[in-house]
Amino acid sequence: MTDVKNLEELFQAKVDGELKIEPKDWMPDGYRKNLVRQISQHAHSEVVGMLPEGNWITRAPNLRRKAILLAKIQDEAGHGLYLYSAVETLGTTREKTVDDLLGGKAKYSSIFNYPTLTWADIGAVGWLVDGAAIMNQVMLCRTSYGPYARAMVRICKEESFHQRQGYEIMSVLSKGTPEQREMAQDALNRWWWPSLMMFGPSDANSPHSAQSMKWKIKRQSNDELRQTFIDRTVQQAEVIGLKVPDPKLKWNESTQHYDSGEIDWTEFNNVVAGNGPCNKERLAARNKAHDDGAWVREAAMAYAAKKAKRKAA
Amino acid sequence: MSENPNNWPLWEVFIQSKRGLDHKHVGSLHAADAQMAIENARDVYTRRQEGQSIWVVPAVAISASQPDDAAMLFDPADDKTYRHPTFYQMPEGAKFI
Repeated sequence: MTDVKNLEELFQAKVDGELKIEPKDWMPDGYRKNLVRQISQHAHSEVVGMLPEGNWITRAPNLRRKAILLAKIQDEAGHGLYLYSAVETLGTTREKTVDDLLGGKAKYSSIFNYPTLTWADIGAVGWLVDGAAIMNQVMLCRTSYGPYARAMVRICKEESFHQRQGYEIMSVLSKGTPEQREMAQDALNRWWWPSLMMFGPSDANSPHSAQSMKWKIKRQSNDELRQTFIDRTVQQAEVIGLKVPDPKLKWNESTQHYDSGEIDWTEFNNVVAGNGPCNKERLAARNKAHDDGAWVREAAMAYAAKKAKRKAA
Repeated sequence: MSENPNNWPLWEVFIQSKRGLDHKHVGSLHAADAQMAIENARDVYTRRQEGQSIWVVPAVAISASQPDDAAMLFDPADDKTYRHPTFYQMPEGAKFI
């Protein structure tokens, strides 16, 4: 008979051998829990992430931008659904996962607790927030859990336009009137630090990281990903003549990376703890949408039952 | 699976990307009935011309082999290399074979 210790060794051997873990495979409880937490947080982030952008659909500056924004937000809904499906393969119901969000039990990316004050924020969100998300998601295409990896491949294919449309908005604004330029710079100033926080605590303070790396749920550390993001984004900011709001930012010839200032982790912890500018508003909006949709869900089931009955008769 | 009778059941979605190819499993979604499952699958899985035909199957209708049975099911094929054309040695010079 194989005991749990043996099963764990077999499991780890699969992971070490780069074999994907599939839903019916034996897996340690901790692995399952870790995945449920991470994938559902990720799904909630996609869904809540629609709110700050939805704020600008009716005020997009022209029809082209409006169509693009609608398509992007629809993608975010789709990404949430791919991920909710992946969570479900781990044996939790969709209802439980959604209830955890609505009840405030589950977390989502703190970045979406910041407000989108101007049109340039839509540019900054696409460029920086989606840009940071892509760094993380490209890594997750190689995560050890099959359904999560497959969802990520699909998401990455779609996500690249999100970042490009955001950067395009910033680029156009930065070539516009002084006011438009100022608007773009202001958005970059406000979104830069929260975007860096998206990668999570520094490696020294990241509670789940070591185990997640061993299980190959994560493949790169928070700080590694953050550094790559900084290196790429600073160059992109230069191209469009915007200035990254970090006085300590400096190219380091010996490391071939940018050195940068310290993140305000007090702010990070505050927003995670629920005290960001929009935490309450976001959760209230999700709850309202869920409650307002209750009659639709019931009616659809009643209609399906009636049709099935008629067909049987 | 779900206790609440108003929860929509789970459907597995298969998409045929082009005529002549297989329908391939792409994921799952919730819908009240088959028609709605197809419509939702259109929105969730084919926003970029990924498909030209959709199958949806109630997830509860799918039976799957168990990982524990993998050896019993699949190992017997391991030592039957003579089922592959490369197993056979062809005489030098023979063409179209």
